[in-house]
Amino acid sequence: MGAIEIGYGQLALGALLLAINIGLSIALRLGLARDLVIGAARMTVQLLLIGLVLEWVFATENPAIIVCIAVLMAALAGRAGVKRTARRYPGIWWNALVVILGASFLVTGVSVLGVIRVDPWFDPQYLIPLHGMLLGNALNGISLGLDRFMEGCAKDRALIETRLALGATRWEAARPVATEALRTGMIPVVNSMMIMGLVSLPGMMTGQILAGADPAQAVRYQVLIMFMIASCVALATGGVVALAYRALFSPRHQLRSEKLRGA
Amino acid sequence: MPLLAVRDAGRRVSDRWLWRRLSFEVREGERVGVSGPSGSGKSLLLRAIIGLDDLDEGEVIVAGKPLREWHLPDLRSRVRYIPQTPAFADGTVREALAAPLGYATAVPPPAGWLAERLERLGRGADFLGARTETLSGGERQIAALLRAMQTGPQLLLLDEATASLDPDATDAAESLLADWLAEDASRAVVWTSHSRDQRSRVTDREVEIGPAAETASA
Repeated sequence: MGAIEIGYGQLALGALLLAINIGLSIALRLGLARDLVIGAARMTVQLLLIGLVLEWVFATENPAIIVCIAVLMAALAGRAGVKRTARRYPGIWWNALVVILGASFLVTGVSVLGVIRVDPWFDPQYLIPLHGMLLGNALNGISLGLDRFMEGCAKDRALIETRLALGATRWEAARPVATEALRTGMIPVVNSMMIMGLVSLPGMMTGQILAGADPAQAVRYQVLIMFMIASCVALATGGVVALAYRALFSPRHQLRSEKLRGA
Repeated sequence: MPLLAVRDAGRRVSDRWLWRRLSFEVREGERVGVSGPSGSGKSLLLRAIIGLDDLDEGEVIVAGKPLREWHLPDLRSRVRYIPQTPAFADGTVREALAAPLGYATAVPPPAGWLAERLERLGRGADFLGARTETLSGGERQIAALLRAMQTGPQLLLLDEATASLDPDATDAAESLLADWLAEDASRAVVWTSHSRDQRSRVTDREVEIGPAAETASA
C-alpha cells in the first residue's frame, strides 16, 4: 500500500491555496505578496532539486558519496546556525562546524549501527533523512546557545569581571551564563517533546503513515528520532557553548569581550 | 620586598599611549593615591594590576612574583579590585555577599565580622535583605566594599570607591578602611579619587599617571 501519486498538475492546483495568502496581503497591504511568491518559488525549486539529488543518492551504493553528502549537509547546518547569531568571535564558524559534525555523526552513527541496525550501515534511505532531521534541530540549538552565551558575555561583562575580581576562576565566573545558554538551546526540543502527539503530529510520522506504514511502527520511529534529536541537540549546544567559553575566557581567567563583534 | 611593584608599565588604547614607563611600588602598611585627569586610564591601571586586562608593556609584580606566574584567582583574592560601578547579580545583598564565599579561593570571614561592620556603617539587618537592584549608588558601593573585604585581602585597589556616598557615609567608609588597615600591619591600599581633599585624607603619597608619566621618566 502506497500513497496516491501526486503529479505536477496536482502541485499546480495546490499552489492555488497560496492565493489566500496573496489576496490577504494585497487586501491588507501587508507588503508580503512579493516575498510570498519568491518564498514559495524558492521552496518548490529547492525541494524539487533535492528530490532529484535524493533519487540519485538512493541509487548509488557508494558509502563515500553518502558520507560526503552527510558532511556537506552538516557544514551547511553549521553555517546556518552561526548566521543567525547577533555577535561573532574569531573562530566561531569552525567551532560550529566541528561541533555539529561531531554531534550529528555520533548520534546518527549510534542509532543507525546500534539501535536500528541498518544493513548496510550507509543505506541512504535511513542515513540521509535521519541525519537531516538531527541537523535541523542541532542548528537551532547551536544558534540559540551561541547567541545567548555571547549576549550574556557582552551584557553581563561587569558582573562577570566582578566575579573574576572576587577570586572566581574563569569557569566559576562564566558558569551562570553558560548554563543559561545551554538551557536556552535545549528549550525547543523539550517543548516539542512535551506537546508531541497532543498538539502537533510530527511531520516524519505523518509522512510515514501517508506512505502506508503501520501507525504503531511510525510512532516507534518518531519516538526514536526524538530521543536522537534530544541527545544531538544537547551535545551540539553543550559543545558549542564550551568552545565559545574557551574562546571568550582566557586560561589566565580574563574575559576577552573585545573579541566579540556585531554580525 | 614590596607588596606590589609596577615596572615600566604602558597601556595603549588604539594608537594612543594612556601612560607609559610607569613605575611605582606599594609596600605593606602604605596608602597610595593614583591621580590623573578623567580618561587617563586610572581604572585600566587597577584592572591591569589584577590581570583583568593585559599591559601593553612592562610588568606587574605582586609579592615578588610576576603576574604571569600567578594563578590569577589566588592573586585576586589577595589583591582585591573594587570597580567604580560595582555589579551585582539579581538577589539580596546577603546573597551577593555569600556568592564569592563559594569560590575555590575564598576564605570565609570570622563569625560576627559582617554584623560588626554593618553596625559601624549604620546599616541594620534590613540592608542584608534588600534586593541589590533597589539599592542606591551609595548603598551599592558599601555592599561592594563589604563583599570585597570579607574574605581577607591584603591589598585593596579602590576605584572611586566612595564617589556615590554622601559625606556621612564617606566618613564611615573611610574609617572602616582605616580600621581595616590598622588591624594588620601587612595590609595596604591604593585609591583613585577625583577629590583632592579625600586623597590627602586617606593616602600618604601619590602616583601620577597620564602622558606626563612618560615625559617625567623619559
